[in-house]
Amino acid sequence: MKKNIFALVSSIAVLGTALAGCGGGQQATTPPAEQPANSQPATPSTPAAEKKPQVLRLNLHSEPPTGDPGLAEDTTSGAIILATFDGLTRIGSDEKPHEAAAESYTVSDDKLTYTFKIRDHKWSNGDPVTAHDFEYAWKRALDPKTASNYAYQLYYIKNGEKANKGEAKLDDVGVKALDDKTLEVKLENPTPFFLELLAFRTYFPVNQKVVQANEKWAGDAKTHIGNGPFKIESWEHKSKLVIVKNDNYWDKDNVKLDKIEFSMVEDENTELSMFDNGELDWAGSPTSDLPTDAIPALKEQGKLTTQAIAGTYWYKFNTEKPPFNNIKIRKAFTYSIDRQSLIDNILQRGQLPATGAVPPSMVLNPNGYFKDNDQETAKKLLEEGMKELGITKLPVITLSYNTSEGHKKIAEAIQDQWKKNLGVEVKLENKEWKVYLEDLHQGNYQIGRMGWLGDFNDPINFLELYKDKMGGNNDTRWENPQFKEFLNQSAKEADLDKRKKILADAEQILMDEMPIMPIYFYTQSWVQKPGVKGVQITGLGDVDWKGAYVE
Amino acid sequence: MIRYLGKRIIFMLISLFLIVTATFFIMKAVPGGPFTSEKNVPDEIKAALEAKYKLNLPIHEQYFNYLKGVATWDLGPSFTEKSSTVNEMINRGFPVSAHLGAQALLLAISGGIILGVIAALKHNKWQDFSAMILAVLGLSVPSFILASFYQYVFAINWGLLPIAKWEGFSYTILPSLALAASPMAFIARLTRSNMIEVLGQDYIKTAKAKGLHSFAITVRHAIRNALLPVITYLGPLIAGILTGAFVIERIFGVPGLGREFVLSITNRDYTVIMGTTVFYSIILVVMILIVDIAYTLVDPRIKLSDSGKE
Repeated sequence: MKKNIFALVSSIAVLGTALAGCGGGQQATTPPAEQPANSQPATPSTPAAEKKPQVLRLNLHSEPPTGDPGLAEDTTSGAIILATFDGLTRIGSDEKPHEAAAESYTVSDDKLTYTFKIRDHKWSNGDPVTAHDFEYAWKRALDPKTASNYAYQLYYIKNGEKANKGEAKLDDVGVKALDDKTLEVKLENPTPFFLELLAFRTYFPVNQKVVQANEKWAGDAKTHIGNGPFKIESWEHKSKLVIVKNDNYWDKDNVKLDKIEFSMVEDENTELSMFDNGELDWAGSPTSDLPTDAIPALKEQGKLTTQAIAGTYWYKFNTEKPPFNNIKIRKAFTYSIDRQSLIDNILQRGQLPATGAVPPSMVLNPNGYFKDNDQETAKKLLEEGMKELGITKLPVITLSYNTSEGHKKIAEAIQDQWKKNLGVEVKLENKEWKVYLEDLHQGNYQIGRMGWLGDFNDPINFLELYKDKMGGNNDTRWENPQFKEFLNQSAKEADLDKRKKILADAEQILMDEMPIMPIYFYTQSWVQKPGVKGVQITGLGDVDWKGAYVE
Repeated sequence: MIRYLGKRIIFMLISLFLIVTATFFIMKAVPGGPFTSEKNVPDEIKAALEAKYKLNLPIHEQYFNYLKGVATWDLGPSFTEKSSTVNEMINRGFPVSAHLGAQALLLAISGGIILGVIAALKHNKWQDFSAMILAVLGLSVPSFILASFYQYVFAINWGLLPIAKWEGFSYTILPSLALAASPMAFIARLTRSNMIEVLGQDYIKTAKAKGLHSFAITVRHAIRNALLPVITYLGPLIAGILTGAFVIERIFGVPGLGREFVLSITNRDYTVIMGTTVFYSIILVVMILIVDIAYTLVDPRIKLSDSGKE
């Protein structure tokens, strides 16, 4: 049954391309006034209108599972939460954190204590935002009873991890409201990216009164109270979500949009048709996606915008199973992939070939750690590796991925490259997503596909995965004491340059031993109406509509 | 009749119980759980999550808790949609799916019977052939192709109807048409073949011989008998169509229940899998009972009795 659905969905995609292609061409010759009568009259057909109504019509790929910053796990919820909440800091258009709900802050000399002065501002229901709201929100997320999946984001706070694991009391957590306007935060280690972390949703405040009065406050427009640039006006679940400008927002003069209407259409082809038909102002990332098969046509028409985001697509080796217990063989497989041709011919979204683990926005070594498409070295290493293992011919290799058209195309291309370049027989194996994850986590694979997106802009996101052999996200069973030591050092190092050097050394080890095979760095692509300006998409792929406007 | 009904209801409860039990254990046997994810969380958080959703209990306790939940119609919280309970999801999604389904059914039944009757009356004439070509198309063209085709023609090219979303009557037309196509074709073929058979029988000849108008023969004598198999087919069809169609809902952005069936399985959203399955099963068994009762209305020769004899 599941197979059927995948077949269906993929066929829709194929069919949609044909239609989307036609639709796009059609659109170019259709005057904009010929919009269907039913679409919202957001853009007036009278060209004389000087001031455009400040309304955006966007699409969410799925219903945001929650509007609760402490519980949110996914990017859709994240986008709505970022629009409706304000953390102590907020990432500005320069990609750096700026004071937001905090008016100012001081840092102690050992970089372990931060004292924030909370700005005089209000929740969307008129209550004042106090330091107590922050203290409450953080402790709530750390409380094991809340069972927040993202609580580990708060482990940088003193005793945060212990409290979350039930080894310390919540009262011992290093966050304290000294008075209504002063928040003192103590950290475990000097954390150079702490101000950036504060702009992440798990660190957002929640209105203590609202949350305590109603457990389900975050799922309903009436009870969803934030302190951000927008507030939720209506939320018809799975169908429509409308956010409007929050008049209680401290920086409301810089919020130009009056309203954002989100429809929730899951089908990417439908979404693109709606965009072509003028019913949406934006289609594709970051709140949804474009149909893969429509990409080449959109690119040709010059409509596509593409931006790099902090994420790496890689294959993992199970380093405990031969032949990939041999470093040289792992390297041979890695070096012999022609990433650029994969990107040009298969992926087609302007991705960057990955020759390191850490993506460009937080890069440690901009030159990469090896050469893409290095057949000579690959062949030599393969020979040496086989000699070390005492074998003359490689067995058939199994490459696993989770069932999806995109992953399949990549796997097939790489299968072909390995066969041509290394003469290796590779068998492809696909599994349903959760079954696949389970197998990977249990080491039940030889080479497996995985991707990783950064939560905040620091290389540690990508390196710490491989710190512990049985760490939940390692999967490769690889471990290296020196690598571990470097990561531990980096946590204690307060000097930014020295820390970067340490992390670069760590990445060097990772690429010397190659438990993972980096393939490409992710990008996001979308199409938008030319009049939409000021939408900020961060290097992490988060979207902020605070400064957006229509002209 | 009352004894018959009582007996049927008891059997319904037993089959529901079996469905709940089978679904529960099969679901638990599938690898991966609601908290299996790309970003693996620390064991302590996983334990807290499992404790919160009572997944840490032994499986038989979970099972009995679940049975209790079904009996009191409290289906528990959703794992994926953290701010919703399964009851809320069904209460939100079912009216939408039912609305769409009812429109599609109305189209499918009326259109299917009319096409079928015309085809049978004009057997082997052009009317028959065109009706059957329509029916074959309806059955063989998958609904997602039809849906995209409708969107392209009616919404994009002609701009008559909205492409997607669910905000008023005009938004319901295209999905209803797309959803109705396949059952309509099936009903048309079923009606046609039965009508042809019935029309060839002696009592119809008798009716003709005594000079009855052919309209009266068709409506009063032929259709009635030709419809019995259609009614049998309607039971499962109604249950299926009212509880939502994943593909159509996805393409037209309809906030119905159909998607929950499919997505809950991908997400291993245990409570939603159980909730939607139980809900669907209840509607299905009730529909089958109603179909059995409907037989007696259409054909008075059929009597419901617990002995099984006529």
